[in-house]
Amino acid sequence: MVDLSTNYLGINLKNPLVASASPLAQKVETAQQIVNAGVSAIVMHSLFEEQILREGLKLNEDLSRGSEQFAEALSYFPQIGQYSIGPESYLRHLMNVKKSVDVPVIGSLNGITDGGWVEYAKRIQDAGADALELNLYVLPTNPTITGDALEAEYLKLIHNIRKQVQIPLAVKLSPFFTSLPNFVKKLSETGVNGVVLFNRFYQPDFDLENLDVIPHLVLSNSNEMRLPLRWIAILYRRVPIDLALTSGVHTAEDMLKALMAGAKVTMVTSAFLQNGVEHATIMLNDLEKWMEEHEYMSVSQMIGSMSQQAIADPSLIERANYMKVLSSY
Amino acid sequence: MSKTIITIDGNEATAYVAYRLSEVIAIYPITPSSGMGEFADEWATKKKPNIWGTIPSVTEMQSEGGAAGAVHGAIQAGALTTTFTASQGLLLMIPNMFKIAGELSPAVFHVSARTIATHALSIFGDHSDVMACRSTGFALLASGSVQEAHDMAAIAHAATLESRVPFLHFFDGFRTSHEVNKIEQLSEDDLRALIDDSFVQAHRARALSPDHPFIRGTAQNPDTFFQERETVNPFYNACPDIVAKVMEKFAQISGRRYHLFDYVGDPQAERVIVIMGSASETAGETARYLAERGQKVGVLKVHLYRPFSVLHFLEALPPTVKAIAVLDRTKEPGAAGEPLYQDVVTAINEGLAEGSVPYAQFANRPYPRVIGGRYGLSSKEFTPAMAKAVFDELQKAEPKNHFTIGIEDDVTKTSLPFDPTFDIEDPQTVRCVFWGLGSDGTVGANKNSIKIIGEETDNFAQGYFVYDSKKSGGVTISHLRFGPKPIHSPYQIHQANFVACHQFSFLERFDITKMASPGAVFLLNSIYGPNEIWDHLPQETQKDIIDKKLKFYIIDAYEVAKKTGMGTRINTIMQTCFFAISGVLPKEEAIHQIKKAIQKTYSKRGEAVVKKNFEAVDQTLENLHEIKTPDKVTSQFTRRPPVPPEAPEFVRNVLGKMIALEGDSLPVSAFPVDGTYPSATTRWEKRNIALEIPVWEPDLCIQCGKCVMVCPHAVIREKVYDPGFLKNAPEGWNAIDAKFKELPGMKFTIAVSPEDCTGCGICVEACPAKDKTQVGRKAINMAAQPPIRERERVKWDFFLSLPEIDRTTISVRTVKNSQLLEPLFEFSGACAGCGETPYLKLLTQLFGDRLMVANATGCSSIYGGNLPTTPWAVNHEGRGPSWSNSLFEDNAEFGLGFRLTLDKQNEFARELLPKFAAILGDSLVDAILNADQTSESGIRQQRERIAILKQKLEHQNSLEAKQLLSIADSLVRKSVWIVGGDGWAYDIGYGGLDHVLATGKNVNLLVLDTEVYSNTGGQASKSTQRAAVAKFAAAGKGLPKKDLGMMAMAYGYVYIARIAMGANDQHTLTSILEADAYPGPSLVIAYSHCIAHGYDLKYGLEQQKLAVASGAWPLYRYNPLLADEGKNPLILDSKEPSIPIEQYAYNETRYKMLVQTDEQRAEMLIKLAQKDANRRWELYRQMTSLTYSKPNSGDNGNGD
Repeated sequence: MVDLSTNYLGINLKNPLVASASPLAQKVETAQQIVNAGVSAIVMHSLFEEQILREGLKLNEDLSRGSEQFAEALSYFPQIGQYSIGPESYLRHLMNVKKSVDVPVIGSLNGITDGGWVEYAKRIQDAGADALELNLYVLPTNPTITGDALEAEYLKLIHNIRKQVQIPLAVKLSPFFTSLPNFVKKLSETGVNGVVLFNRFYQPDFDLENLDVIPHLVLSNSNEMRLPLRWIAILYRRVPIDLALTSGVHTAEDMLKALMAGAKVTMVTSAFLQNGVEHATIMLNDLEKWMEEHEYMSVSQMIGSMSQQAIADPSLIERANYMKVLSSY
Repeated sequence: MSKTIITIDGNEATAYVAYRLSEVIAIYPITPSSGMGEFADEWATKKKPNIWGTIPSVTEMQSEGGAAGAVHGAIQAGALTTTFTASQGLLLMIPNMFKIAGELSPAVFHVSARTIATHALSIFGDHSDVMACRSTGFALLASGSVQEAHDMAAIAHAATLESRVPFLHFFDGFRTSHEVNKIEQLSEDDLRALIDDSFVQAHRARALSPDHPFIRGTAQNPDTFFQERETVNPFYNACPDIVAKVMEKFAQISGRRYHLFDYVGDPQAERVIVIMGSASETAGETARYLAERGQKVGVLKVHLYRPFSVLHFLEALPPTVKAIAVLDRTKEPGAAGEPLYQDVVTAINEGLAEGSVPYAQFANRPYPRVIGGRYGLSSKEFTPAMAKAVFDELQKAEPKNHFTIGIEDDVTKTSLPFDPTFDIEDPQTVRCVFWGLGSDGTVGANKNSIKIIGEETDNFAQGYFVYDSKKSGGVTISHLRFGPKPIHSPYQIHQANFVACHQFSFLERFDITKMASPGAVFLLNSIYGPNEIWDHLPQETQKDIIDKKLKFYIIDAYEVAKKTGMGTRINTIMQTCFFAISGVLPKEEAIHQIKKAIQKTYSKRGEAVVKKNFEAVDQTLENLHEIKTPDKVTSQFTRRPPVPPEAPEFVRNVLGKMIALEGDSLPVSAFPVDGTYPSATTRWEKRNIALEIPVWEPDLCIQCGKCVMVCPHAVIREKVYDPGFLKNAPEGWNAIDAKFKELPGMKFTIAVSPEDCTGCGICVEACPAKDKTQVGRKAINMAAQPPIRERERVKWDFFLSLPEIDRTTISVRTVKNSQLLEPLFEFSGACAGCGETPYLKLLTQLFGDRLMVANATGCSSIYGGNLPTTPWAVNHEGRGPSWSNSLFEDNAEFGLGFRLTLDKQNEFARELLPKFAAILGDSLVDAILNADQTSESGIRQQRERIAILKQKLEHQNSLEAKQLLSIADSLVRKSVWIVGGDGWAYDIGYGGLDHVLATGKNVNLLVLDTEVYSNTGGQASKSTQRAAVAKFAAAGKGLPKKDLGMMAMAYGYVYIARIAMGANDQHTLTSILEADAYPGPSLVIAYSHCIAHGYDLKYGLEQQKLAVASGAWPLYRYNPLLADEGKNPLILDSKEPSIPIEQYAYNETRYKMLVQTDEQRAEMLIKLAQKDANRRWELYRQMTSLTYSKPNSGDNGNGD
């Protein structure tokens, strides 16, 4: 019997398969199903501060439009008391999920103001989250803002949150850092417990027929895990912080690779959406089977076993990898 | 115990009581009473109990008739019941009112009294509706103020239980229903103390029950009906004393004492006005004022008008009275006098007659002279000046009887003159007037201000708000009074201490400072800074500022709003200025209170809204400037005339006055006698309300016509014309080669009317042509209006001078071609981005020169027929749509009447025609009788034949020739369209609609389906979709939308189309053409996005696409002619639902707000809505797969 347990952000997990932020966590019923299928923790979908602000302003605009300007129709909607425009509905849902499942529940937050980040982080903690994942990214479009300045902002913000929040913190990062190891190192110095690599952003697409920009969300595939796989392999042991791999984990093989690169957990969404929640059970069974077949005793035994520092030729993780591909022709 | 002081309007004050004293409430929306039903529905949704601890059952009915029926049934089953209504709604209740009263059933109907439609509809207040109920047997109890409405509501509920006489409690529509005033609130304990529960038990004991069965509502014969009708007399005899007793009990509870008739003024008065409603407050204040100055005058306020107690009346009347003027707020043409006047005459006559029992105590009094007069119809102002004029008239040796006051009747000379400068306002009362634009939030802010002053200071406070009749860009005027004394002034402010103009552009349109009293404050929202503002004021304004020594302040509120993310909402900014300048509260306290009000108003919509408003408040004062004004008029310009000088005389002299808000000054002789007005008058009212207007980019245009088609206000048009016209084109004129195969060698131009555009932007959304080098640039784009207004106006004028297309030269069956046709529905007052008007405009393009429109009351009758100007237009031949509105409930029948007449006249003309063969020639007669009028050219040829016919018969003197001449036009085909909203078609008018369809007659019904009662503010109809929130469905509608088309399909001989222009414009065009061509009844149900859906309507077309794609609005046509050919008549024109309902619904506040308030219910309902869509689609799909065989005859089921 192999030991699948792992420890992520200081929390013991029964296996390294974590459900990442997805529509599955948006309903208690599906959250329970995914837990029953075997995942060891759930990361909630993000609480977006911008969305809260915009929703409030939009609601106000929509309710006010046309009001008090025509004698017969001084308003167009009934007065129906309080709107759940704040984070309450998210927090209520988090509490419900927490009550309904027996695995750790990790909150997720994307703020836009300093005050918002801290306030909402505390409220997610107070709602009972076991840990908090900070979904940290601002799309820089202003060419006068430097990477250093942005990174400094990020660090200041995380520092503030760390001061105010006691539960374990993870930061979900984008791959777009000039020196990712340096930034992760600085992150670790703020007291953050882990980083999640990488955030798959909403990426707009173009509709060529209508010449429109269209929101387009495509599910991941296994090829996409190559990028975080490499960076986890590089970061492992270089930074004193837990690593989680998200993006492109679809099979037990993908999990094995992630763990061997150095991830404490792997996070999955697309595979569950494509194949149903029962796919979690298949992945875990396959993982266990592979480990048995290959005579691994535990997950902890393999974590980082193929990190850059663990492999015989570290250059294979760096540029040489590219050269080797070329030379194989 | 201290009293709770609240600042609310009359509707809320009344509903508060009615709700707490009822178990079953049946409601239906009608202005101005809708607010009462809305409050009841909202409170029930919020689970507020009545005084017995149970939540009243609130049910929306399909009409007021339905509400009265439900109320009647509820009473019979033993419930404490109420309803709310006004005007035509009250008329629909009358049959049940007779029954309810005849059965001695306690109930209270609360009525915000409103004008009954006669020569015109009016939403405003008078007593014509209430007076129509005099004979029903209901007690009629009048309130004159917000406090009285609150109190009398309670008295009515208590009195009806004890007396068993049902009560109609009424107060003046708008003047009281919508006035915000500071009142003492009755507590629930007060109400409990007032209601004697033993009468409640007695009422229940009289109810129908199978446990102690009886029947009620028999039919009777001549032998007994009369006697039995007299059995109720003791109850009516007792009723006045019961009301008096309840009023006394009420006084013990509340400290406010009322009587059946309340007298104010000199106890020894010789001249007395008898009056009821809000004007009794004005008359009473005037009497007090004059009495204090030695005049022997007084006012008798009538509260209990029916049963009319002669005894109480005479007791209340000063014994010294020599002359009485009875003022009626109604008109009964042909009567010996208006009703209250007649009652007073009767009471005096009976009461003072010698030896009359039981009035012996009055026997020795001299008979006073009694005169009657009319005032205040349709909320016409009744001012102290008018009351004084009436007192003055009473002083004359031969006072005028049957007079009018408040107007100039230069025809039958009924009117009394009055001095408009007479003013009795207490100098301690501060009077403020605010001019705003509907969309800038002025009224909302002033409602907040008056609440702050009323509830946070010791001041008494009153707010009244005046709106114009436009749904976009309308002007609002807020009248606020406050001061240390109670305010009994239910009339508008004429001399203000504070005048604020929240829109700079108003200065060139209206006399804003006219209302400013000497030394008043004038606050202007100015786009110009302190150093440049003076030169941008019109001469008239400068003169007023100088002459009246006004204290002049400015602020650029739009700039502050922009900086603080408030968009165009300048409400809190201007409100802050008002408090800062007026000094009603210390500055810090005022800011605190404003913020408290903001918190209260907006916190439920999220913190972001509150923060932005706070920022706006904080940044206001540093941008507020007091202007030191020069002492000379230096301006180079004056106010613009309301209409251009080239407008027709009637437009200049009559409509122009209305546009300038000076309609009150028009005398009787200025008006048509029968409500008939000229068509095509909106073109003279240039409102300039758009901040941005569309600009055409000819290099990108593909001439598809989509922008023209969707423009709700017909401000974008296209023409194809001979290149020769270009030589006179103005500078900057754009033209490209026309791409129409039928029109070679021609030029093409799209033009925009800059002064009529509302700036909705829907045209830009509709435009499919994008610049290949910069896709954000389309063939039509929005640009700021002011800099290009003049240039575009010149271009528009030139565009109008270009000839219209010859309708016979093109096929109109494509969207592209159809948009070359001249629209004859233009520049209406509809909302910016309206989803209804493009359909109406299309009708006028296709059939405008032969179109008769019957229009149900609702949005379309308001933007289509509300003065001052109306949008139905006329073509260069002088032809155009003929339009009329009858009522809300009868529109299908009304339109059928058009068709019946047209058919009859056509038949008669055809009978007469052969008799004139010798004069006309056989071939002409034959050609007329057998004309093919299915095409434009066929119709034109027939018109030419009729012209010849008229020419040839012109000098014939026979009766038959004259007969034929008078109906010859009926030989040309006419298109009858019966138009209305879903409230009409699905609810109140459904019975008629169904019947008209069933007649098989050739009429077309167009349902502009917004899925709510839009005109009255978004109440649910049976068309409302499941999961959508609406008023009267505050918890989200729990049942699916009625499938009107499917119901009509059951006839088998009705053409039906369900269309959505935004989803498929070609389908819309084809359906409307087919409906018109179909030789029987047609029903076209048109998806109409609406401001009541809660999103920026420029995305209306996109939402229509999503509605169709989600299955919420499948497109189809059901054409019975196909069945005649052996084909399935149902054609599904949209594809199987391809997106979830949420993807469509949650872009709209009406659905989304439920997610934000009751997520679980929202989830449950949206799932059911999805099932509705799926099931409906599946049903339609199965229907389309049915096989039809060709019937033996070509009969389509229409036996005609």
